[in-house]
Amino acid sequence: MQYEAIIGLEIHAQLLTESKMFCGCSTRFGSEPNTQTCPVCTGLPGVLPVINRKAIEYVIKTGLALNCDIAPYSRFARKNYFYPDLPKGYQISQYELPLCRDGYIEIGSNGQKRRIRLTRIHLEEDAGKNIHEGTGEYSLVDLNRAGVPLMEIVTEPDIRSAREAAEFMRRLRMILRYLEVCDGNMEQGSLRCDANVSVRLLGQEEFGVKTEIKNMNSFKFIEKALDYEIKRQLRLLKEGETIIQETRLWDAKKGITESMRSKEEAHDYRYFPEPDLMPVEIDRQWLQQIKTQITELPDAKRERFIEQYNLPEHDANLLTEERSVAEWFEEAVRLGGNPKLVSNWIMGELMRLLNRDGILIEECVLRPEQLIGMLRLIEEGTISGKIAKTVFEEMYKSGKDAKIIVKEKGLLQITDESEIESIIDEVLKSNPKEVERFKAGEEKLMGFFVGQVMKATRGKANPKTVNELLRRKLT
Amino acid sequence: MGLYSLSVKEVRYLIDKGKISPVELTNAVLQRIESVEEKVRAYVAVNKEGALSKAAEVEDRVKKGSDKTLLGIPIAIKDNICTEGIKTTCSSKILKNFIPPYESTVTRRLKEHGYILIGKTNLDEFAMGSSTENSGFFITRNPWDLERVPGGSSGGSAAAVAADECIAALGSDTGGSIRQPASLCGVVGLKPTYGRVSRFGLIAFASSLDQIGPITKNVEDSAILLNIISGHDSSDSTSVSLPVPDFTSILGKDIKGVKVGVPREYFIDGMDKEVEDAVREAIRRLESLGAVPIEISLPHTDYAVATYYILATSEASSNLARYDGVKYGLRINGENLIDMYMNTRQYGFGAEVKRRIILGTYALSSGYYEAYYKKAQQVRTLIRQDFEIAFKEVDVIVTPTSPTPAFKAGEKTTDPLQMYLSDIFTIPVNLAGVPGISIPCGFSSGNLPIGLQIIGKHFDEETILRLAYAYEQDTEWHKRKPNL
Repeated sequence: MQYEAIIGLEIHAQLLTESKMFCGCSTRFGSEPNTQTCPVCTGLPGVLPVINRKAIEYVIKTGLALNCDIAPYSRFARKNYFYPDLPKGYQISQYELPLCRDGYIEIGSNGQKRRIRLTRIHLEEDAGKNIHEGTGEYSLVDLNRAGVPLMEIVTEPDIRSAREAAEFMRRLRMILRYLEVCDGNMEQGSLRCDANVSVRLLGQEEFGVKTEIKNMNSFKFIEKALDYEIKRQLRLLKEGETIIQETRLWDAKKGITESMRSKEEAHDYRYFPEPDLMPVEIDRQWLQQIKTQITELPDAKRERFIEQYNLPEHDANLLTEERSVAEWFEEAVRLGGNPKLVSNWIMGELMRLLNRDGILIEECVLRPEQLIGMLRLIEEGTISGKIAKTVFEEMYKSGKDAKIIVKEKGLLQITDESEIESIIDEVLKSNPKEVERFKAGEEKLMGFFVGQVMKATRGKANPKTVNELLRRKLT
Repeated sequence: MGLYSLSVKEVRYLIDKGKISPVELTNAVLQRIESVEEKVRAYVAVNKEGALSKAAEVEDRVKKGSDKTLLGIPIAIKDNICTEGIKTTCSSKILKNFIPPYESTVTRRLKEHGYILIGKTNLDEFAMGSSTENSGFFITRNPWDLERVPGGSSGGSAAAVAADECIAALGSDTGGSIRQPASLCGVVGLKPTYGRVSRFGLIAFASSLDQIGPITKNVEDSAILLNIISGHDSSDSTSVSLPVPDFTSILGKDIKGVKVGVPREYFIDGMDKEVEDAVREAIRRLESLGAVPIEISLPHTDYAVATYYILATSEASSNLARYDGVKYGLRINGENLIDMYMNTRQYGFGAEVKRRIILGTYALSSGYYEAYYKKAQQVRTLIRQDFEIAFKEVDVIVTPTSPTPAFKAGEKTTDPLQMYLSDIFTIPVNLAGVPGISIPCGFSSGNLPIGLQIIGKHFDEETILRLAYAYEQDTEWHKRKPNL
């Protein structure tokens, strides 16, 4: 019997607005507990919420980028439940009339693209945080996060594997970062994802019993957790047991999902329209204005890079993953760099260094014009390609121009034939056996001689000249 | 009569002329409070020291000739309106020691006009009630008959004005809570159009119905206070950005040709005969002044009370969820979090508040939402349409404010439904969001005040004030004072 997995995701993305959803408090992360609060976000008696227009724009922007219908008329609703981190005893969210509906994201690559449909995108406020550890007999509440705008994206149950779920999340994250609406930091929780998982016989219409999986705070964990859960459900079915509808937490240390101990009660959130807020009306003009804020998205950019710069798909994929990298690339090309050459340097050396230091391209001091300056030095024969790697790393580290580094470190390429000739003579003299073997027809020793010359010049000799001179001397 | 018995307009004149000082006036009011408060019990807290120091502080400004309307005038504030640094309790045990760290928009505006906060007045807990008997602290008495209730929920403010324990007061009105006590206490109470006055800082009972308004000794004072508290507030999304006219400027204009709707549904069999007679007589008086009475129909009136008690309680069940013992106010610990919640709310809320929370929770529950909350919203639309249709034909609508004069304390406490019916004529006005004013229009044989309600079009407080003023100038009811 063949089974298939059915997965739907519910994603929460913290919006990158300066201020909170319904008050003027800062949304900055990591401040002292309860320092970013006011009477409104702490739910004091008598306060009223005021909508952050920017947050609405961010959600609409996202909706447009994700192919959604944007509601002309949307409304906030109260979701009622008691919890210490929820200061008003209700969360202002959306229910019947969300801002966006019916979108999709494409996953897979050419030939095997699949559409994952989006049910809706709505806007709500985040809750605060309860702190239970190191507090003794009681718990503490930090309301800095309470009221931070949160975008909820809900997919249809269109995902069929753990790998697809992770890919969907990567795509979504890429787009959110492109739009600059969410920083996509899963570890810090600014992008969070819960999954509804069930399995059913292939070809069967109705869904199986689903479980909800929480606490997957990285792409890797999404894949691992869902893989585990799918296997767990299949095993239960094979053993003739029943799957219970429940919420399960992913335990990254143990590598398993575990049932949440609290009993699964059907919550009645008693949603009703938020009477403190007027409905949001989105007219054509506003929509148009938001549309103009949307820059080229990853898919389009990738296609264009292939077309315009003649790049291989692999290069285009990597370069367009982050908008800032793509922009860096295009700036370098605009300054006269050869696209493929620039791409090679970004994907090779630059990415290696960025990954090593765990920083983003916009955080490093190296500028595109400096790469171009260095490429020019190679072209002019001022430095060798090998030396260039050293120069590049130095530029990356210090932010100095290649020219200056070359001068300061004495890395100028030796092109003077007589100077190189004398070094070659030295090398040949100290390796008589190899000279004989070469003359006897062992041609591949050419590389050995070149290597020796480069070593003696600490890589500064012009390889072309070295080759030519060696050949002349040896034949 | 002492200075305390004067109106805002009168004391403004005397202060400006240098005849009295804010300190004298404040002392006079404080002395009045001292002599009658024991009987009336209008105040949860009298701001004696604060008021005196404020009065001393404004003396200089007065001498320099400030043009601030309320400079140095003692005004009472219902204790569900937040005053920075001064306890605001909602007459509830759960907020007994709550000191707001911020100022409500209305009191900020009064402050900017130099008012003196004389005290915070008693109310039915969280403004839920029609007699002020639901206060978590004590009962307020009707100055006209201490055996009787002052009405509610702004019973403290209405009684304080009627007993001359302040020059004027603010109340809040969700289903009649300004107008009904004003009627029962023989003073003027105005509920502005929903959205006219900011609710920021008003501790919410039912957000879509609540509105702050003045309770005063006469119509002109009502217009003066309305001028100050009205207008858009960026902190309240439901406040409307319409220009605020000078409400005092149309007072005195004649009312010739003003079409006065008289809804037949508001004059029902079995209603108090004295109330009906007084209101009919008032309509005749308006007619003699040139107004044109026209019989109209508001066909969905019968459903108003039921609709109100679903919508108001639904919103309340959510609005009152924040009183959970976690952040502020009362906390009674328990074995665990749930016990703490239950202990706190069980002890902190009174019976009527709990009754309404349960009602509202039920109405919003899944499976009942469609039949109750949603249906009630639909009926609310019909009731609003009743008024819209009627206002195509008439300029204002007049009705009794309350079906009876003040009733005895304890008379209706055992029967919540009887109590709810005392707002039968005021509730539809909140559901429709239109403005309404109650003015004295007579006295019962037992010397209890009777109120006339004048209802206006959305944002047309001007016409109801104009009509109310014309009637008031032509009658003497508002000049009578209770014997205390």
